Amino acid sequence: MARRGAQEINAGAMADIAFLLLIFFLVTTTMDVDRGITRKLPPPVPPEQQDDIDVKERNVFVVLVNSADRLLVGSQTNKRPMDITQLKDAAKDFLRVHPNNPEYPEVEEKQIDGLGTVTVSKGVISMQNDRGTSYNMYIQVQNELAAAVRELRDEMAMEYYGKKFNDLKDEVAIKAIQEAIPVAISEAEPQNVGGD
Amino acid sequence: MARFKKKKEEGSQTINTASLPDIIFMLLFFFMVSTTMRETQLLVQVTQPKATEVQKLEKKELVSYIYIGPPPKGRQAMLGTEPRIQLNDSYAETSEVQQFIAREREAMSEGERKLMTTSLKVDKDTKMGIVSDVKQELRHANALKINYNTRKRVEDRN
Repeated sequence: MARRGAQEINAGAMADIAFLLLIFFLVTTTMDVDRGITRKLPPPVPPEQQDDIDVKERNVFVVLVNSADRLLVGSQTNKRPMDITQLKDAAKDFLRVHPNNPEYPEVEEKQIDGLGTVTVSKGVISMQNDRGTSYNMYIQVQNELAAAVRELRDEMAMEYYGKKFNDLKDEVAIKAIQEAIPVAISEAEPQNVGGD
Repeated sequence: MARFKKKKEEGSQTINTASLPDIIFMLLFFFMVSTTMRETQLLVQVTQPKATEVQKLEKKELVSYIYIGPPPKGRQAMLGTEPRIQLNDSYAETSEVQQFIAREREAMSEGERKLMTTSLKVDKDTKMGIVSDVKQELRHANALKINYNTRKRVEDRN
């Protein structure tokens, strides 16, 4: 056998094989990162002990959403219609600590690790929707309320640690801020006025 | 009109494609690393609502998914347009949610069960009635950590 120069394996088909694999992975995999609003549901209540917990009227901020996706916001006795764009500021105003003001929720002094004695609002946001409310509206309302809490936490974290809440790394600091400004959103069983 | 000069014919010229497989393999590895396998075939149409206050869901193995939405366009003649619940690879009724959660929980290790999260992927035009029913079932199944799956909205207000 006479050799003529260096022999080369024909690698032209290699690219095709790699392309096939690539296309297979493109089709069968997804890239989307799951994001969303995380909430905790209340534990189930046994039917025999369903007495309502008494919360003082001034401590409750009611948000009602009807089947036409309209909002009614305010205290138990004094509600007014509101646009979704104003909801965040209203919720923030309600949850912010206003000592000695009977218009706003009660406050209590709390000893929190890392912060010392802090005045904590006892305010609770009560949200109720109709079975006919659209899911989109529900999420928008949840989003605005979450934004209100997040902004209050940011303000507090800025004041104590000079950072935004999401940028905090210290476990203790995160726990402390969470305790000082809890996510006080309760959901009532939906009504069925507008129908499904 | 200018005419292109014809090249002198001296055998066909080829570009050296020896590095092409390397490039493609690099792309392949990138996709293999950065993506995850699609687990279920979607039987409902889901367009998530958008929100700003979103958190990333970490540890996908601790997350079970519940899809709620109308059946796809092609099958609406048969199945109607009412939103349906999808668990795993089939349509389900609200009453089956508890069983589903129990099975998902069974598949997890003892220590991880507390951290189990249920992600609700719900179409934005769905009415809250069916969603509340599912939430009630989840409460009874003691799957209390839930996540409303949303897409991220870039803040345009303020």
